[in-house]
Amino acid sequence: MKTRIPVAVAFLSGFLMIVAFFGSGEWLSMLTNEALRYMTIVAGFSLLLGVVSITQVSWGVVRKRGEDWPYKIILLIALAAMTGFGVLQGITGGTVFEWLFDKIQKPMMATMFSVLAFYIASAAYRAFRARTVEASILLVTAIIVMIGRVPMGQYIYEDLPSVANWIMMFPNVAVQRGIIIGAALGAASMSLRIILGIERTYMGRG
Amino acid sequence: MFALLDISISVINLIVPAFIRTDRLNALVLLVVFSAIVIYFIRRATRGDKLYIRPLAGLQAVEEAVGRATEMGKPVLFIPGTGDIDEIQTIAGLSILGLVSHVTARYDTPLRVPVLYPMPMAAAQEVVRESYIDEGKADRVTPEMVQYIAGESFSYSARVGGMMRREKPAANIFMGSFRAESLLIAEVGQSTGAIQISGTAEPEQLPFFIAACDYTLIGEELYAASAYLSKEPKMMGSLKGQDLFKVLLLAVLVLGVLAVTFNIYPDFVTELFTAN
Repeated sequence: MKTRIPVAVAFLSGFLMIVAFFGSGEWLSMLTNEALRYMTIVAGFSLLLGVVSITQVSWGVVRKRGEDWPYKIILLIALAAMTGFGVLQGITGGTVFEWLFDKIQKPMMATMFSVLAFYIASAAYRAFRARTVEASILLVTAIIVMIGRVPMGQYIYEDLPSVANWIMMFPNVAVQRGIIIGAALGAASMSLRIILGIERTYMGRG
Repeated sequence: MFALLDISISVINLIVPAFIRTDRLNALVLLVVFSAIVIYFIRRATRGDKLYIRPLAGLQAVEEAVGRATEMGKPVLFIPGTGDIDEIQTIAGLSILGLVSHVTARYDTPLRVPVLYPMPMAAAQEVVRESYIDEGKADRVTPEMVQYIAGESFSYSARVGGMMRREKPAANIFMGSFRAESLLIAEVGQSTGAIQISGTAEPEQLPFFIAACDYTLIGEELYAASAYLSKEPKMMGSLKGQDLFKVLLLAVLVLGVLAVTFNIYPDFVTELFTAN
C-alpha cells in the first residue's frame, strides 16, 4: 500500500500532464490549473518542513555545543528576525525586512557570486593544462575564443572575432544539441518509467 | 509519396476529434512510437533476454567512492541537484540517492545530503529513511543526514562549501540539475581532495563539472544511472528502447536534413520537425 498509492498518484499526475499537453478544451485547462494549484499549496506547506529542519538541526548543535555552535545562534537569530519582520511589517519598500535583504543578504550573495571568478580561473588552469592531445585542442580553442571576444583580438588578427564566433556557433552548438537530444530522450524514458511505476528508486525502493 | 502524406495530414485534420491539438500531432506520434519501443524492450527484458549496457565509469566509481569513505571513516556528501522537485533531473538525483544511501547504510558510512528546496528535502528524507529501513538500520537515520539549507543558491553554496571544508567528506556526489553554483561547490570539493562524481543534463554546467570532478555523467547518462545501478531488468530494458529510438531519430534527422538540402518538400519537412 505504501508503494501502490504513490505509484498511482505518479501515474495519474503524469497521465494528466500528457493529456493536457496534447489535448485542448476548457475543462482540460481547468483540470491542469487545478493540479498546478495543488502543487503550489503543497510547496507552500513544504517550506514549513524546511524551516523545521533547519531549526531542528541548528538548535541540536547549539544544545550540544557542537562544532561552530555560535554560528548556529546567528543563523537562528537571522531566521527569526527575517520571519518576524516579514510577518509584522511585510516585505515591501521601507520595511526592516527590505533593509535587511538589501544591506546584508544581497551583498553577501554578490560576494559569493564574485568568488566564482577565482574558481573559474583555477578550474580553467587545470582543464587547460596541455597534457594530452584533447587538452591541447581545448587549450588552443579556448585561447582563440577568449582572445577573439575582446577588442585586442581584432587588433592582433582582423578575422579572429569571426573565427571565435564560428567555433561558438557551429562545433559548440552541435555538441550542445547532441547532449540536449540525448538528455531529452533520457528524461522521456525516465518519465515513462515513473508513470508506469517501473522506476521506484526515487521513493527509496529499489 | 509526399503528396500522399499531404493528403493523409488533411484527412487527419478533418477526422481527428476537436479535443486533440493537431499542431502537436507530430510530437504525439513520436511519443507513441517511443513508448511502444521502450515498452517492447521492457517486455523483452522481463522475459529474461540478456541486454548489454555499456559500462559507465562514473557509476562504477560510486560504490568505490563510498567504500573509500568507509575506510577513511569520513562522510559521503550527496547533492541531488539544486532544482526543485518538478525537474526530472531532481527525480533522477533522488533515484541515485536511494541507491547510494543503501550502500552507506550497509557499510555504516555517514551520509550528508544538503538540499536547496524544501520539497526535494522531504523526498530525500523519505528516500534515505526507506533505504536505511531496507538495510535494517532505521535507528541510524538522523535529522542531520538530510538538511534543508536555504532557498537561495549562493547561500546554499556557501553553506555546502563550509560543510566540505569542516567535515572533509571522502566522497562528493553531485547528481541532478545545477546552475551557477555548480563550480562554487565542485571547486571547494576538489580542494579538499575528495573523490568527486557528478552528473547533470545542463550543457552549460558540464564543463565546470568536467574540470572539477573525477567522473562526470553527461546528459542522458544521469537518467540511465538509476537503471544501471539497480540492474533491474525492466529499467535496463527501457534504456535499450531509448537507445534504439535515438538511432531511429538520428536516421530521420539525416533524411530531414537531406530533404531540406535538396529542396524536396522543404516546407513540409520543416513543419514535420517543428515543435509547437
